[in-house]
Amino acid sequence: MRRNAPVKAPGIGQAIAEYGPAVLLVALVFAAWEVATAVWKIQAWLLPAPSAIAKAAVDARGLLGPHLAQTVLETLVGFGAALAVGLLMALLIDLSATLRRALYPLLVVSQTIPIIAVAPLLVIWFGYGLLPKVIVVGLVCFFPIVVGTADGLRSTDPDLIALLQSMGATRRQVFFKVRVPASLPGMFTGIKVAITYSVVGAIIGEWVGASRGLGVFMLRASNSFRTDWVFATIAVVSALSLALFLAVVGIERLALPWFYTKAREETWEEM
Amino acid sequence: MNSCPDAPCKLELTGITKWFKVDGVPLKALEDVRLHARAGEFVSLIGPSGCGKSTLFNIICGLLEPDEGQVLLDGQVASRRAGLVGYMPQKDLLLPWRSVLDNVILGPELRGENLQESRREAKELLPLFGLEGFADAYPAVLSGGMKQRAALLRTFLTHREVLLLDEPFGALDALTRMELQEWLLGVWERFRKTILFVTHDVDEAVFLSDRVYVLTPRPGRVRTVIPVPLPRPRARSIIASPEFATLRYQLLEALALR
Ligand SMILES: Nc1ncnc2c1ncn2[C@@H]1O[C@H](COP(=O)(O)OP(=O)(O)OP(=O)(O)O)[C@@H](O)[C@H]1O
Ligand SMILES: [Mg+2]
Repeated sequence: MRRNAPVKAPGIGQAIAEYGPAVLLVALVFAAWEVATAVWKIQAWLLPAPSAIAKAAVDARGLLGPHLAQTVLETLVGFGAALAVGLLMALLIDLSATLRRALYPLLVVSQTIPIIAVAPLLVIWFGYGLLPKVIVVGLVCFFPIVVGTADGLRSTDPDLIALLQSMGATRRQVFFKVRVPASLPGMFTGIKVAITYSVVGAIIGEWVGASRGLGVFMLRASNSFRTDWVFATIAVVSALSLALFLAVVGIERLALPWFYTKAREETWEEM
Repeated sequence: MNSCPDAPCKLELTGITKWFKVDGVPLKALEDVRLHARAGEFVSLIGPSGCGKSTLFNIICGLLEPDEGQVLLDGQVASRRAGLVGYMPQKDLLLPWRSVLDNVILGPELRGENLQESRREAKELLPLFGLEGFADAYPAVLSGGMKQRAALLRTFLTHREVLLLDEPFGALDALTRMELQEWLLGVWERFRKTILFVTHDVDEAVFLSDRVYVLTPRPGRVRTVIPVPLPRPRARSIIASPEFATLRYQLLEALALR
């Protein structure tokens, strides 16, 4: 049998095997929650039942739509900027040891700054428009991308590089034919971490000053004790983050079929 | 077909010496290694682990520079020789993100040759290298023997006249190994390459070679050269002949000398 086919889109049976346990767990938690709110008669402004949250989400969908669109825009632009800057920095770090020594500590320090403290400053400097949100998202996202890509570039098997050199390859050929492809799994690891944080970055950016966005909606709902709307927004934020993450995973599988060969999947399964 | 005593010298090493620095301490890996291979000759190097065989290959293919001595290709001093010989390293080193087909055409691709043409040629050779139907497979799904054959095909497709094979069958089971040895002889006779072959295996060296260089433990020096005048083409049955047994014993003796 040939085992070289890249992993196909999973069939129904496989999908159940793969996601069934998670779905079941979530369903159980929601069921317990629903029962608990009913049994102990918990007030809706303290903790609404999942059914009430679902109803609130459906009722508020007209309101949520434009806020969602705004947050998606901020997230995608911010993430795009982080990707561009992150890849460039990874490249610079890789090109010269001096640059690495100069940049790496700065990068780490940039991640120790509490975003929540910087966000208001960004509003003061750049106003209430798109830019401060994009910057917050970018700050949250670029670090994992830099580290993942730079580590990917560095971890290239030196024997592979030597092989190409022995075949008379130029530096350029070594870079594009060996080091770049070898760095891609690391880069995607960084991107997956980054995209998971990206939406929350946009929300924080909105909290400190905005007129539209899921963060604004959440804040207003909270101030008017519409706890059901707060939870509905949280659900939307989670769904958005999950959707973005899955999109990246999908792109990764298409881009790196060699990394997801059947043989390897089976080994992971066994572990 | 016998060894080729009159053929011109394809490759010659004139007293190669190589030092390494390990934790600041100089270490002599090779000492005054002189050897040559004539056009179309199959020459083996045998010696204990760590005696510098891979180092010697790295020097010949241009990855390392010797501290003394020179590498001559076709009688000319080859100072910039990367890409002039086909080198198959000890590990198979296939690029994991490339299909078998795209792996084996790496040599022509790096030289900027026509890719379509190279792919066509490679496809024609896949069956001979036991890789039929695996053109689009990734290395991760190949068996150890198939990986070695793919790496060998890549080395052949560099179209260099001199091939350096560093223990190509070292990690394989005895049966696969035997099959591949016979197969390699077939391929070598068909393409008329000059092959320098590193091995630890006395039987392998005698079965394959025209001449065998025996190296000393580190620092690697040529202890002796043993010609193998067995007739060609050789079949597996030759290992049962008294001539084979004599050569084998001679080689073992040379290796065991203190
Ligand atoms: N780049 C290097 N730096 C320092 N020492 C090295 C380097 N490469 C090889 N050596 C040393 O040189 C000696 C010869 O190594 P080499 O790999 O050539 O041996 P070998 O004969 O190929 O061994 P084996 O049969 O196990 O493959 C070893 O002692 C090794 O530790
Ligand atoms: Mg070696």
